[in-house]
Formats: sequence, C-alpha cells, structure tokens
Amino acid sequence: MPKDSGIGASSKRREDVRFLTGAGNYTDDINVHGQAYVHFLRSDIAHGRIKSVDTSAAEGMPGVVKVFTGKDFEGVGGMPCGWEVTDKHGAPMQEPPHPILAQGKVRHVGDPIAAVVADSLEQARDAAEAINVDIEDLPAVMDMKAAAQDGATLVHDDLKNNICYDWQLGEADDDKVNEVFANAAHVTTLDLVNNRLVANPMEPRVAVGEYKRGTDEYTLFTTSQNPHVIRLLMCAFVLGLPEHKVRVVAPDVGGGFGTKIFHYAEEAFCTFAAKACNRPVKWTSSRSEAFMSDAHGRDHVSKIELALDADNNFIGLRTNTYANLGAYLSTFSSSVPTWLHGTLMAGNYKTPVIQVNVKAMFTNTVPVDAYRGAGRPEATFQLERVVDKAARELGVDPIALRRQNFVTQFPYDTPVALTYDTGDYNGTMDKLEAAADLAGFAARRTASKANGKLRGLGVNCYIEACGIAPSNIVGMLGARAGLYDAATVRVNATGSISVMVGAHSHGQGHETAFPQVVADMIGIDESMVEIVHGDTSKIPFGMGTYGSRSLAVCGSAMVKATEKVIEKAKKIAAHLLEASEADIELKDGQFSVAGTDKSVAWGDVTLTAYVPHNYPLEVEPGLEETAFYDPANFTFPAGAYACEVEVDPETGQVTIEKFTAADDFGNIINPMIVDGQVHGGIGQGIGQALLENCAYDENGQLLSASFMDYAMPRADDVPFYAVDHSSQTPCTHNPLGVKGCGEAGAIGSPPAVVNAVLDALNAGGKAVDHIDMPMSPSRVWAAMNS
Amino acid sequence: MYNFEFEKPSTIADAVAALGSEDAQALGGGQTLIPTLKQRLAAPSVLVSMSGIAEMQGVCIEDDGSVAVGGATPHATVARDAAASYPALAALAGQIGDPAVRNRGTIGGSIANNDPAACYPAGVLGSGATIVTNTRRIAADDFFDGMFTTALDEGEIVTSVRFPVPQAASYQKFLQPASRFALVGVFLARFADGVRVAVTGAREDGVFRWSEAEAALNNVFHPDEITNLAVNSMNMIADLHGSQAYRAHLVNVMTKRAVQACL
Amino acid sequence: MTKVSMTVNGTAVSGDVEGRTLLSGFLRDHLNLTGTHVGCDTAQCGACVVHVNGEAVKSCNMLALEADGADVGTIEGQASPDGSLSVIQQAFQDHHGLQCGFCTPGMVMSTAALLKDNPRPTEAEIRKYLEGNLCRCTGYHNIVKAIMAASGQDASRIAAE
Repeated sequence: MPKDSGIGASSKRREDVRFLTGAGNYTDDINVHGQAYVHFLRSDIAHGRIKSVDTSAAEGMPGVVKVFTGKDFEGVGGMPCGWEVTDKHGAPMQEPPHPILAQGKVRHVGDPIAAVVADSLEQARDAAEAINVDIEDLPAVMDMKAAAQDGATLVHDDLKNNICYDWQLGEADDDKVNEVFANAAHVTTLDLVNNRLVANPMEPRVAVGEYKRGTDEYTLFTTSQNPHVIRLLMCAFVLGLPEHKVRVVAPDVGGGFGTKIFHYAEEAFCTFAAKACNRPVKWTSSRSEAFMSDAHGRDHVSKIELALDADNNFIGLRTNTYANLGAYLSTFSSSVPTWLHGTLMAGNYKTPVIQVNVKAMFTNTVPVDAYRGAGRPEATFQLERVVDKAARELGVDPIALRRQNFVTQFPYDTPVALTYDTGDYNGTMDKLEAAADLAGFAARRTASKANGKLRGLGVNCYIEACGIAPSNIVGMLGARAGLYDAATVRVNATGSISVMVGAHSHGQGHETAFPQVVADMIGIDESMVEIVHGDTSKIPFGMGTYGSRSLAVCGSAMVKATEKVIEKAKKIAAHLLEASEADIELKDGQFSVAGTDKSVAWGDVTLTAYVPHNYPLEVEPGLEETAFYDPANFTFPAGAYACEVEVDPETGQVTIEKFTAADDFGNIINPMIVDGQVHGGIGQGIGQALLENCAYDENGQLLSASFMDYAMPRADDVPFYAVDHSSQTPCTHNPLGVKGCGEAGAIGSPPAVVNAVLDALNAGGKAVDHIDMPMSPSRVWAAMNS
Repeated sequence: MYNFEFEKPSTIADAVAALGSEDAQALGGGQTLIPTLKQRLAAPSVLVSMSGIAEMQGVCIEDDGSVAVGGATPHATVARDAAASYPALAALAGQIGDPAVRNRGTIGGSIANNDPAACYPAGVLGSGATIVTNTRRIAADDFFDGMFTTALDEGEIVTSVRFPVPQAASYQKFLQPASRFALVGVFLARFADGVRVAVTGAREDGVFRWSEAEAALNNVFHPDEITNLAVNSMNMIADLHGSQAYRAHLVNVMTKRAVQACL
Repeated sequence: MTKVSMTVNGTAVSGDVEGRTLLSGFLRDHLNLTGTHVGCDTAQCGACVVHVNGEAVKSCNMLALEADGADVGTIEGQASPDGSLSVIQQAFQDHHGLQCGFCTPGMVMSTAALLKDNPRPTEAEIRKYLEGNLCRCTGYHNIVKAIMAASGQDASRIAAE
C-alpha cells in the first residue's frame, strides 16, 4: 500500500494552490515604489571593436534617469567564474575579464553595450535608439576547430589563443592508450555533435535592485536558483559590497534548468544602478532578449573511440572533445566539460582504460554553461551512441553487449576519478525490459510496417553523479566554492516548525517533499512543517539547487538539524517525565519512557522549551538547530531507458511511440514528484534529440533567436512516458539514502531516441551510422537519401 | 512598441477614412502585427482595428454557391462555420497557429500580410478565390505578389474573400517544428474545369501554383502522376528547418497526399 | 491616454491606457492581476492566455483597447469565491500537472476553453489543443493526465502508473 503521508507518500503539492490561482509571487510580479526600468542596448554583431559610444542625445530624452556604458564600470569587478580548471600541462585556464557592460570589444550578439534607466521601459527603449555606437567589425570566431588553430582571430586580444584550457582525465600515458587500441579486436569510432541548446525556463529572467540610503542596504530580487551564491559572487567579486548589507531574494521562480544558477551582469547592474540612480531599477527580459543573454547549454563536438577485445569486452575508451564556452566564462562553465563530463565517461561499464581530452574554446557566441544534466548528458550521449554503434557493427544484441560490460561489484573505482558507491545495473535493466515490453517489439514493428512506417527501438543506460561534493575534493579540482548545504529547523512554541533551507525550489516541490521528511522523523502532520527558502535574510548560507542536489545535500542537512532538535527535545522530555534521556523514545509525536506508559506530547515539550519554567538547568531554552552538511561523495543515480519511434520514410518525420524509463534513485521521498521530475527531463531530452537547435550563421548571427525558430517540445511532440523506479539501491553515505532525480530524464533520453531512429532506418534497409541532433525531418530524410 | 493611436471604426467607410491618415495601418487580429510592433519593426501612427466592423464578420454562402468569408473573420470561426460548406477551407483555418491565435487572427490580416509560410494564401490561391476590397475585386492569381507583398493599395481593405467551392479539396500541411507555420503546405482543389495546386512555405517569393502538377492531374487525377514530377527548387527557401531539396521533396509528397485525400 | 472599460472576473473595471498597452499589461500593471504571465514575445508560449468573451486569447498579443467592453476572465477568477479550486485546478493538483507554476495559469485557462467546446477530449485532442501552451517542466505527461481527469475520464489507465 502506498503511504498517505511522510517519507514515501505521494503527498499533493501544497505550493500548487497559489500557482493554480494566480497567487504566485514571481520576480516580475514585484514592483517597488518609485522604480525605474532599464533597457540594455545589446550588440547586433558578433565581434567588433568599440570605437565610440555617444550617449549625449539619449541622455536628454524624455523620462531618462541615467545612461550607463562600460566606462561607468571601469573601477568595478567583472562577472566571475566559480571554477578554475587546470589544463593537462599544469597551467591554470585562461580567464578573460567579463565586464558588466562591454569594454573595448563586443564579443557576441547580445553583449550589452549600454544601459538606459528611465521612468518607463518604452522611454528607455526610445533613448537606447538614440545612442550612437561606432563599432569596427571584426571577423566572428565561430568554428571551434578553426578557432584552435594558430593565427586564428582572437576573441580576447589579451589571451595567447582561443583555448581556455586543454584538459585531460584518465590515462595520461598516450602510448598505453595507443597500445590498447592497437591490440583491440574491434574499434568503433564515432564523430558526433552535442547540439547547442537554450534552457528556456518559461519565466524569463528578471532583476529588481533597490537601495536604501538611510541604512546603506541593498535588496536584489532575482530569478535565481541560489540566492546566496549570487550574493557572495556579486558582493565579493563584482561590486565589492559587504554581504551583510545586501539581501538577495529569489521568490517564486518559474523554472531554472541550470540557466538560473549563474550570476548575470543584469543582476549586478540593477543593484549598482539602484544606488547610482537613487531609485529602484527593474529589468525584465523579453524572450528574444533571453535567447541572446541567458547562458546556453551543451555544444560539444566529439570524437569517441571504443576498443573491444575478441569477446566483446570493452578494453579502452578515448574521447576528444571541443567544448564551446562562448565569448566569456559564465559562472560554472569551466566545470561542465571537465569534472562534470570527463568523470562520467566510464558510464555503467568496467572499461579499464579511459582517456578523456577536452579543449574548451572561446567563440563569438553567448556564454555556454550548465543546462539540465550539465556535462553528464554529453558523456552519456557519446558513450551510449558508440556502444550502440559497436553492437551494430559486431552484429550483437545491444542490451547483451551492455550487460556483459556492466560494473557489478561496488564500490567501484572508475579510471576517471569517481567511486560508485552502489548500483544494480542488471537489476535496473531487468525492470526496463519488463516495463517496456521489449518482448512485444517485433509485433509492434510489424504493425508499423503495415502502416508504411519504419519502427525502431533504442535502448541505453546512463549513470550520473549528483550532489557534487565533498568540498575538500572539489576544492582540489578547482571549485572556488564549497558544495555543502545548510538547514535551520526552528520549532515554534506550539510545535509547528519552520525549516529554513539553502536549497531553492523552482518547480521541484521542496515545499511539499521536505516537510514529509521532518514530519516523518517526529511523527507529526506534514502541515505542521513549513519550508522557508529563497531569501538570504531568512535562511542559512546555502548553495542552492542544481545538479540534483537538493534532497541529497540540503535534505541531509535538514535531517541532521532535525536530529539535533529531537536530541534536545528528548532532554526536555526526560526532565518532564523524570526519566533518563537514554530511555526516551519519540514516536508519532509522543515522547515516552521505554517500557512504561509515561509520555508527553511533542507540543508540550516544544512549549516547555519556550516557557522553561519546569526545565532542565543544563539545557538552553528554545528549540532551534542549524546543520551544515558536506557529503562524503557524489550520489550515483543510474538507469536504463527505451524509446520506440516510427519514422515516416517519405518525409523523415520521427514520432515517439513509446518511452520507458527505469531509474535507480535510491530511496524516494515523494514518488509523484519523482515521476514528474523524470517526465520533465525526458521531455527536454526528446526536445534535444528531435527539435531543439540553437544555431548561428558563420557571421555569428543567431538564427534561432525566438520560439519562431527554436523548436520547443509541445504536448503533441511527446507521448505518455512509462516510468519505473522500483529498482532501488539506496545511497550509502547520506542519511536518507537518496540520490537525486532532477536531471536523469534529460541525461538518459537523447541517446535512446537517436538509437531508436537509427535502428528504424537500418532495419528499414537504410545503412545510416549516425545523425546529429536534433534529428529533424529534414536531417533524417537527408540521411536516408544520401 | 512605439506608441500609436488606436481606432476601432464600426463601418468600412469609417475604416477607410481612418486609414487615410499618414502612416495609419489596418489591424486584423494582430497575431503577426503585434509581435512585429514589439520588436519595433513597424511604427504606425494609427492602428485601425477591423474587429468592430460587423459587415466584415462571418461566413456565408452567396447566391452563386461560393463561400464568402468576411475580411475580419477569425480563423476559429471559419474552422467552425465553413466546415459544412467548404470542409477543406475549414480544415485549413483550423490548422493555423493554435486555438488562442485562431480566436484572434483573421483571414484579411493573413492574406494582406502574405507571409511566405502562411496557410491562408495557399487556400485562397488554390481555390481561385476572389478578394473583395473596399474598392474592387481581385482574382487570387493577381493578388499575391511575392513575400509580404500583395496587390493591395495603401489603405485598401480586404472586406471579404469569396471561395468557389470545388468538387474536392485538401490542405496538406507539413509543420515547421518551431513556429508551426507551414514548412510546406499544399492546397489542392479539384473543380469541374480543372485542378489547382497552390504551395506555401516553400518558396522565397511566397505562395505559388505548381502548374506542372496541375497539368498532370488534369490529365489523370491520381497521386502516381505526381511521383516523377519535380518542382523547381531554384527559389525554394533554405533555412534551419529544411534545405531547398527537402522543401522541393515535401512539395511532391504533400501534393500526392492531397490528391489521395481527394479520391 | 484613452479610457478602457471591461469586466474582469465579473467586476467592472476601467483605466487609462496608451494605444500600445497590451491586455496582459493592463491586467498585470493596472489591475495587479499578476497571475497572467508573459513568457514570450512571439505569441507562442501561452502563459498569458485569458478568456475574452468566453474565448481563449493570448493577452500579450491583444491590445487592451481591443478588449474595451469585453467580458474578460483570468486565472484569478477560476476558483470559487470561497477559495475552493475549480474541477480543472483540482485535477492539476491531484495529478501533479504543474511544477514551477509559470505556464500554469495559461494551461488552466486553455483547458477551460477546451472543455467548454469538447467536454470529453481524447488524449490526441488534448495534445493538439495545447499546441499554443508551452511547458518546460512537466514533459506534458501530467498535464494531459490532469485534463483527462478533469473531463471525467479515467486517468489511471495511462502508461505505467
């Protein structure tokens, strides 16, 4: 029987009521008295030298408060990068400045040149049109391989070349790797592209900056996944403000998917300008502006080689990737193609020798950073595509080939720096085979054929590393931040609880799932527990929500803090019950003395904590505890996905007929929410595989600059998904045994879709090795007819 | 948006008068015009809404049997009210945009804009319809004049479009996956005196009649007659969503499907 | 400035607007009805869908002055005056048909328009109807399921529940 409350229950989401009635409080819903509006004048060319910016006409336009250019920020810091990658020769990455407003050069379409603050947004736009910008066009650096050549045009004149770093992980001895490949019975090689994507949370970014002269205090309302990170970066690296004078609030946030992790220039601008203009300053991104100012995702060009022995055991893997960073380093961009990507190249397999090579490139494009999965989809896609190709070349069953090479003993040290603590890849594959009715595929293929359609089946596995940690290790790897999280459990006198968490909920349902844990631990009703998040003035210093970390990391902090609360409450209960603390048990909200019928209710103990008349002298009054939790390791969710497609051989149109996911997330707090997370991830993965393509032309003009050309998945592009998460090997090192589920769908689904399309084509007599994503009808048709 | 005055006349005569002022522009449902204004790509001084003109609303059947659609009639109304009298036209209207867009967007606005990927131009040209304006009647063959260009004069209003009803007709639309405009759309109408095939989405200069296909189908009305015909891919649109060759191929496939649907 | 008057969720309202003021702007900025969201500028995302004279429209793609005299319904008017959720709203909560909530007002308003015309839509009809409403969180699974449930259909038969 499913539980109806607490851990394991599909509790309905309490936050839904405000969202369903139009009572949400998103950043654009916030208007501060007297606010002015900023419009950014953005570059319409990809690369150019700024010769002059004349704002004199604009300054006199109606309603204009102040016009800013790069000169106004010359004494101000730039946008920082939070991860220093060391290249394979031991040198630190090249780290160019990233000013709030362009200085000297513009480096991508959308690079802000000037900002106009005015009484109304339209007045700001009017004035921006009166700014006279003289820019000398420079050649756009677009192709990553060409950009890596000696003599290529430089995106940043002060750097020695366009290569941010040349990084390697795994086997450093090239001769050893070469030997493995030379001795292989079979080598499968694949060149592929992981397409550039735009995260496109439905809520565009917004920032409202406010400054109070009387107290010298700033408030920034912003669409962020991690308000404390924004406050720290903005105060310490950009504006040089004291953190205790700055409050960052991320209220209801309409989706993030990674792109709202980063500290953006517009946030710093609004905070800075609020003081400079002595007025609150608001910026609301339009969707068109979002396409050229939100950090993009993916954009890798890779060659992967898999070596197999005569028995089809994987014996070696080598990858060479060019990773596009765009024009500037976004907050965590450097970590994505390296520690979030190379470390996952072992996948679910016990390949003994692995070498990962990544050149990260500056180009005249929007910065690229983490997008749902961040590095792990890139790794999974390469690996699961090359394994599928190997199976086809060898004429073996792709599932059997995978099973044969699965890691089966845990803990397992991979050749690429990770230790998988637990997993059951065969067990999860068993679940998939049953849930997807793979046995019935042949009949379904026959039925499709009768309708003139080619049916294909694609299967793949994935593993991801979530809850990135521990801080001491990531620090050695270059992270400029800790990766713990924090929670404060504040018990009120009447027994209700406010839990202040460092994680941020922007769709994940923390407001429902986190109370399930605390309520379950104490044995009280979930409705007595409330989550407080998203406001640095209310919550302990937390690192926010990304990388499927919230429950595994922040949830663990919350458990630890709740344990401390219970420990203290037991002392109080022992005093009230005149018993030894060791004999006190807590169950269903009652403290009782073991082996007796003596008990005292949760609410009586909490009241006593705040009205400490009859109270143990050695215990402090009050009942509030904070815990910080720094995980011992990553968590390793893993799974197996199956996709069935039909291809229309006349048009190349692909339709997803069936999609099945079997995931191992360890223990699950709220199955309904977990299902929803997987659904959403699969939706985005199908989007990447079939629809989404952020494309530039050779001059650096963005071709997919709005929803008119960037194809978002719609309801009729996707089917119902079958999701099975009954395969559960709990995480061994966090108190809840949870692993994280937010990114799995987006990591696991693209290769399944691509594998399915290729299976359909090959089974239909079209020998096609690979089609790059998105597999648009046009590309599939071209591949069939090449 | 740049600011503008807004007028909502209730008669065609008042609308014509309002459109006489400098830089005035007619506003149909605004489903294309308003996004254009948001990008500041147009700067009308006055927007003259057609939505309040009762005589430009609705679908009716004329004495000669043709179906007349008022110039300010939303797509949703055509999808519903022409379903019995001209099902293929109703089906076309029901595939434009999405439900909310169809409640606002109008036939007059669509054909006056003549987006090269819009659906209505194919229906109008494929049907050999007559465009009725406040001053004259224009045959569909004379109306569409290349991308975003028509025979309309400054201030001239599409008051209605009259569609002769064919024996059989079909609109086959292959979606551009992002905008859901037509990557290629083919409207085929079979009249007693011949077949008309109009293609949208495919060519830079907008909707066109595929005369080779018409000739072949006038000979034998069967999809096989199309199989070996190749539309000239010279002026085909090439973009992110399809090459010239792919669009040319789709013209062939969609035409065959339209023929099949009419059998 | 021109005066515009309309009925919004049953209440007569009016305000002075410019020609360029959008209906979404009038609702959000003049009436403080911020449940209507703006997610794009090309009339595709549907977060701004409201009802005008009973029909779903994209309020960020309609001038406020075009709604002069109209009967406008927004997400704020969907629940009962006592706060209890409508059948559609309740189904969205019951079936986890929303995550971040940003597209949700438009989804609910589109669903209401769909079910008014088609009280028992098929899965395919629902998916087709939602062509103008983008959701980035749910992969649409639970939205479609919620709409089936809201129209009195058995949602339990859906894949792998």
